[in-house]
Amino acid sequence: MKIVLEKLTKTFPGRGRKARNDVTAVDNFSCEIPDGELIALLGPSGCGKSTTLNLLCGLEQPTSGKIFFGDEDITDLPPELRGVGMVFQNYALYPHLTVKQNILFPLENLKRKDRPSREEMMKRAMETARLVQIEELMERKPRELSGGQQQRVAIARALVKMPRVLLLDEPLSNLDARLRLQTREEIRKIQKETGITTVFVTHDQDEAMSISDRIAVMRSGVLMQMGKPQEVYDNPSNLFVAKFLGTPPINVFEGRVREGLLYIGEEAVLSVAGTTDQDVWVGIRPEGFILKEDGPMTCELKRVEVMGRDISIISANKACTGQTLRSIIDAEMKVDTSSSQVHFALKPGKVFLFHRETEERISF
Amino acid sequence: MNMNKKKAWIYLLPAVLFLALFLVYPLIDVFVYSVEEGYNFASQTYFGTGLYNFSYVLHDPFFLQAVKNTFILVIITVPLSTGLALLISAGLSSVRPLRDLFQTVYFLPYVTNTLAVGLVFMILFQKTEYTDGLVNLMLSWFGAGPVDFIDGPYWAKMFVLCFYTIWIVMPFKILVLTSALASVNQDYYRAARVDGTPRFRVFTKITLPMISPMIFYLVITGFIGAFKAYSDAVALFGTDLNAAGMNTIVGYVYDMLYGDSGGYPSYASAAAVILFAIVLTITCINLLVSRKKIEY
Repeated sequence: MKIVLEKLTKTFPGRGRKARNDVTAVDNFSCEIPDGELIALLGPSGCGKSTTLNLLCGLEQPTSGKIFFGDEDITDLPPELRGVGMVFQNYALYPHLTVKQNILFPLENLKRKDRPSREEMMKRAMETARLVQIEELMERKPRELSGGQQQRVAIARALVKMPRVLLLDEPLSNLDARLRLQTREEIRKIQKETGITTVFVTHDQDEAMSISDRIAVMRSGVLMQMGKPQEVYDNPSNLFVAKFLGTPPINVFEGRVREGLLYIGEEAVLSVAGTTDQDVWVGIRPEGFILKEDGPMTCELKRVEVMGRDISIISANKACTGQTLRSIIDAEMKVDTSSSQVHFALKPGKVFLFHRETEERISF
Repeated sequence: MNMNKKKAWIYLLPAVLFLALFLVYPLIDVFVYSVEEGYNFASQTYFGTGLYNFSYVLHDPFFLQAVKNTFILVIITVPLSTGLALLISAGLSSVRPLRDLFQTVYFLPYVTNTLAVGLVFMILFQKTEYTDGLVNLMLSWFGAGPVDFIDGPYWAKMFVLCFYTIWIVMPFKILVLTSALASVNQDYYRAARVDGTPRFRVFTKITLPMISPMIFYLVITGFIGAFKAYSDAVALFGTDLNAAGMNTIVGYVYDMLYGDSGGYPSYASAAAVILFAIVLTITCINLLVSRKKIEY
């Protein structure tokens, strides 16, 4: 089911009698989610991604704007008529019901005329349980399950109604690191098998990049950029997106463009022909550095971290906005650790320029 | 005994001593009194031991009346007060404006003195030579004749006693249940909404099971409290409860000890032991039922 959000805005009334500062959680959000894709809503906490999810599932009503599932305008429909399945961050499994009863619960809610027969309901519950591999846990209570198993039960409960859209709120945040890797693969697998358009909320860019077809990066209620993970990573549309994506994070420098050359500090590090002279922010991905004796960029060497596959050089540069900058180079390169300085050349595709005030991308 | 165990006992000592002196010793003493026949406080003498005290108490019409009154009181007030409290708490947690005000109003009876409330009830219900009382005035609007609720027929007096008891125990139950309702994680309700659960089903399938431990707590303490009823009856009908026919088991124990016909600690102890046995049985049944019902 294709999802279209049209100028979606959600404002919460502010506290305080005199100065009512209304909070705009989602601000003029427009996007189109193609049928059958897995979309990650990504952003720091408080950026409005969970509110967007609540608007999609109908727990919140938008202040203005419209939501379409396919061609159907569902903006004013209550949650149960939208055909959405939702997995909550803490799973919200009913503790007094067994796994089976939990999965059956949404089906038993259906009005008598829509409700399948008892056998049909059991059959669907078993099918869904098989999909998420919890058939042997059906008689247990939620507290007797591990976090990962509870998660699967929650997914099964959301899927049993055969929803048009599946929504997941921070699905992995309650799991430990190892289980998280495994579970995200499984979510991906289940989504591919069912082909249900899925939207999940996360603040972990690793998670978002690794399993989603598209990511939508949000900041303070505004959609910053949406696209395939690699595209967004390679082509951030502004400084925020560039900084938010990538581990280790991008290095940001104060720089300026003079006569077609990019200067960081006093050094001309890259040719950016055709760009007008101005002050800019320069973002350089850690993998954008080339260790080179006569490279144009000089940094003060702090330390070297050997990671096996590659090595990280931690160095300092006066123009860098962080205290240190990190560059990742091939482990076969030899670093002269006795020297106090290190010289780099830059890969042009890994260097991004941003407008100093608007922080928008300047292409060169 | 190792060092740690010794330490533990030393820490426990004050509480153990206190409990032994003021709880265990009197309890044993009551059991001893109850089998000593014709015990006399003043001379500290008794004729012999046996079960005569129990036999006397169980054949005493006043005691049987007290047992009947107590059971009626328990059976009517515990389910009614718990049910009403549940309805009111559910209502309270679903209204937003003025919720604090309502909560305060519902809690007021809890901080009011029992005897003062009794006085108010007497004014509301009593029929005197000068006035029929407020309740009778309202009854007359519906064409019902004046009833003397305080000195009149048994059912009228029992009605007032139950009404009064329910009114006095409800605030605490409402307080406990509203906080129990507030502590249910809202995500369960959000999940239920996404699944389109009808409101009644949300209440019976989610809310009730979630707060069932608190409901059972209230039922158990409610039973115990109602079995120990005494001051409520005194507040309404005065101290001569046997004459009013409205005595309770605890009232009977008190009368046997200190009342006008009192001075019989052995009979009082026997009655107290019988009450103890009743409460113990009911509580055990309650616990057995609750263990079956609450399992998460």
